[in-house]
Amino acid sequence: MSTQEWSTGPYEYRTQEGRMTILGFWIFLGAEVVLFSTLFATYAVLFGRTADAPLPGDLFEPGITLAMTFLLLTSSFTCGLAIHNMRAGSLKGLITWLIITLALGLGFLGFEIYEFVHYAHEGATLQSSAFWSAFFVLAGTHGVHVTLGIGWAVLLLIQLVQRGLNPVTSRKVFVVSLYWHFLDVIWIFIFTSVYLIGMVV
Amino acid sequence: MKLDEFFVTGEPLIYGGMVSIVLVTSAAIFLLTYLKRWGWLWQEWLTTVDHKKIGIMYILSALAMLFRGGVDALMMRIQLTFPNMNFLGAQHYDEIFTTHGTVMIIFMAMPFLIGLMNIVVPLQIGARDFAFPFLNALSFWSFFFGAMLFNVSFVIGGSPDAGWTSYTPLAGAALSPGPGQNFYLLGLQLAGIGTLATGINLMVTILKMRAPGMKLFQMPIFTWSTLVTTFIIIFAFPILTVALALMTIDRIFGAQFFTLTGEGMPMMWANLFWMWGHPEVYIVILPAFGIFSEIIATFARKQLFGYKAMVWSMILIAGLSFLVWVHHFFTMGAGALVNSVFSVSTMLIAVPTGVKIFNWLATLYKSRIQITTAMLWALAFIPSFVMGGVTGVMLGMAAADYQFHNSYFLIAHFHYVLIAGTVFACFAGLVYWYPKMFGHKMNERIGKHSFWWFLIGFHVCFFPQHFVGLDGMPRRIFTIIPEWMPLNVISTVGAFGMGVGFVIFVYNIYYSWKNSPRETNGDAWDGRTLEWATPTPVPFYNFATVPKVSGLDAFLSMKKKGETTFDETKLEAIHMPSNTGRPFIMMGILFFASFALVFEWIGLAAVGLIGTLIMMGIRSFDYDEGYYVEVDEIKKIERTVRGL
Ligand code: HEM
Ligand SMILES: [Cu+2]
Repeated sequence: MSTQEWSTGPYEYRTQEGRMTILGFWIFLGAEVVLFSTLFATYAVLFGRTADAPLPGDLFEPGITLAMTFLLLTSSFTCGLAIHNMRAGSLKGLITWLIITLALGLGFLGFEIYEFVHYAHEGATLQSSAFWSAFFVLAGTHGVHVTLGIGWAVLLLIQLVQRGLNPVTSRKVFVVSLYWHFLDVIWIFIFTSVYLIGMVV
Repeated sequence: MKLDEFFVTGEPLIYGGMVSIVLVTSAAIFLLTYLKRWGWLWQEWLTTVDHKKIGIMYILSALAMLFRGGVDALMMRIQLTFPNMNFLGAQHYDEIFTTHGTVMIIFMAMPFLIGLMNIVVPLQIGARDFAFPFLNALSFWSFFFGAMLFNVSFVIGGSPDAGWTSYTPLAGAALSPGPGQNFYLLGLQLAGIGTLATGINLMVTILKMRAPGMKLFQMPIFTWSTLVTTFIIIFAFPILTVALALMTIDRIFGAQFFTLTGEGMPMMWANLFWMWGHPEVYIVILPAFGIFSEIIATFARKQLFGYKAMVWSMILIAGLSFLVWVHHFFTMGAGALVNSVFSVSTMLIAVPTGVKIFNWLATLYKSRIQITTAMLWALAFIPSFVMGGVTGVMLGMAAADYQFHNSYFLIAHFHYVLIAGTVFACFAGLVYWYPKMFGHKMNERIGKHSFWWFLIGFHVCFFPQHFVGLDGMPRRIFTIIPEWMPLNVISTVGAFGMGVGFVIFVYNIYYSWKNSPRETNGDAWDGRTLEWATPTPVPFYNFATVPKVSGLDAFLSMKKKGETTFDETKLEAIHMPSNTGRPFIMMGILFFASFALVFEWIGLAAVGLIGTLIMMGIRSFDYDEGYYVEVDEIKKIERTVRGL
């Protein structure tokens, strides 16, 4: 382990440990990109294979997906504000914006759960066809990631209250923010290549 | 579920297996209790975060897995010696070739190499540990419990039987009901977590923790091969994660990815599997290249010829390895254009590989070769591996592959690359770095015996398989026709020769522990790279003072200048991570969850998963910052190990 420290720059980059963790997390996100790419490829290959189940065009609703997109994009923005406050040294601002971010994320999840239940009622479930398996697993994996992200951020909120801002807590918050933005990017791809295309084809 | 459905019944061989498991476990428990070693086991090993100890645990587990996979292999060879043998039934034979392949690649080759990387890479770059020591321990336990999960299948629930490639629809729920295939899916998934984590960990370690002054193109070649391998791991393993998860969801939750119903697509599995699978074969061969490069340079007593070309060819191979996966199923019928493209990309790989072969030869050219056991393995590797490469190019010609595919010719090909490449490298690497790990060399005379048995056995076993393959013998059959008998008899004899070689190798570990003279200085082979700069036994912090590096073969120039890694004027307190039992516990809980999922006990699996999440939460609140080793203590330790 290394204990080298720097006295300038953002907190999270001031220790060698912080720098390594952040680099490691970027690499992890690279692996996550591969994971989601594989799911997207699977979805693309199985597109149209609905068997006897409803077609996506009949079920997808522009209203809900737009609302979800709006919630998640906004949450990415508020997450950015949270980090901005952290850099400015404002613990209170950080906590406030983080809570707003999580609330938006919860809203997104609520819609997603509603959506899945609704589709199931209409006869499109994980089991009904190859296409719907691919859809639920792709969107569901993203949803599970969002859920984990929320749980993780809640733990960090507690630590922020307990310990305030220091190189360790700010590194952790920074890493969770990277994760959050990443999920947003993935969602944009889901929104366009799953929902928009699914609605017109 | 009744007890006789839970345990595998009715097979005398498996009853034998059960009895030996019970005996070995009781003996281990008895010995640990009798010698009062439980505390030692927990404190020194199960909770360690020291990369050297974790590496040793990897290698010990891999040797055990090599034994298991080897026994599988010998049983298959016995069954195939004569026509109409009744040693293994069709079902049992299917199970055994499945577990043999899976164990050898996932639980033997990879962990063996990762074990060597664990021990050697930090030492070669002048680091005191991994970037993330806690994560490293987690990786090991994930591999260990994954291997356990896969291995219990033969006594509990029944082994998977759809091949290590587990093609659907055969491996799907409709045609392979029961827990067997689930063991494959979840065992690999559990171990895969650790592999990915190790990939990230090693990459950050190499990028961020090199000794001051060491540029990327001054790293020892084994470290380079590791860096390139981590790149492949990071980009290939998530594909396996997804493929396994999709099949698991198919089997347990009734999805339709790879099914014949609901417009599922069985061939998509083959694509996903090989998009990971071909890079995987390079994950196990590139580190082997690295090991041989180190050994050849050391015992040819020369700088490695064409260092830069060696590095670039590895990078090229890594890139190409993602572009050839279709060559595993040319016969799927993707069409002439697709097959031609993948045919060409496949053959392209032979180019950088050839570059490496010539560089090794050029290193050896006009050098004073020291014939040690490690060097023998390396020298045998070169021609043997070339034969595997040549058959590889033959298989890569799509039109010809329609004949070779799934015959014993293919079996011969991949054993020539995997055994002469990876397995030889594991043995060579272990022999070479053994003094660093255990403080004494392995006996050279016994080592050479084991080498010759293994080498000759290997060629006797696999060379005839080329011909019996061309005679039309398909792989994965459990009985042969009389025409194929002579070559199969020879093959079986060879297999037993390799078995003898392995037994001698393991005996040598015991013999050397008892008899080898202990090392007095750390530089057992008059080495060139930094791992030999540390004293033996290596102190837990590796380097008392980290040397400044200014070129290739850093230790060689240190020796010339009379420098050591113990410069009393530059000593500072060293920061080290604390031991922790949490990786072990966390992965134990995940093992429990996976086991429950194998039997589709969803409730229990959920409990285990929640337990794992709780462990992760606890970890998040852990602010243990490790501890410092003070200068006085470093001085004391260094003086003892250096005999000052
Ligand atoms: C010159 C380099 C190589 C070429 C051109 C090559 C080509 C091929 C081809 C075309 C196949 C598929 C044959 C068939 O299924 O009909 C194959 C199979 C295989 N190769 Fe290679 N290969 C090369 C090197 C390697 C290396 C270095 C390894 C591993 C260390 C390896 C491991 C395997 C394995 C395990 C299989 C069989 C997989 C299975 O079906 O179970 N190959 N190779
Ligand atoms: Cu391949």
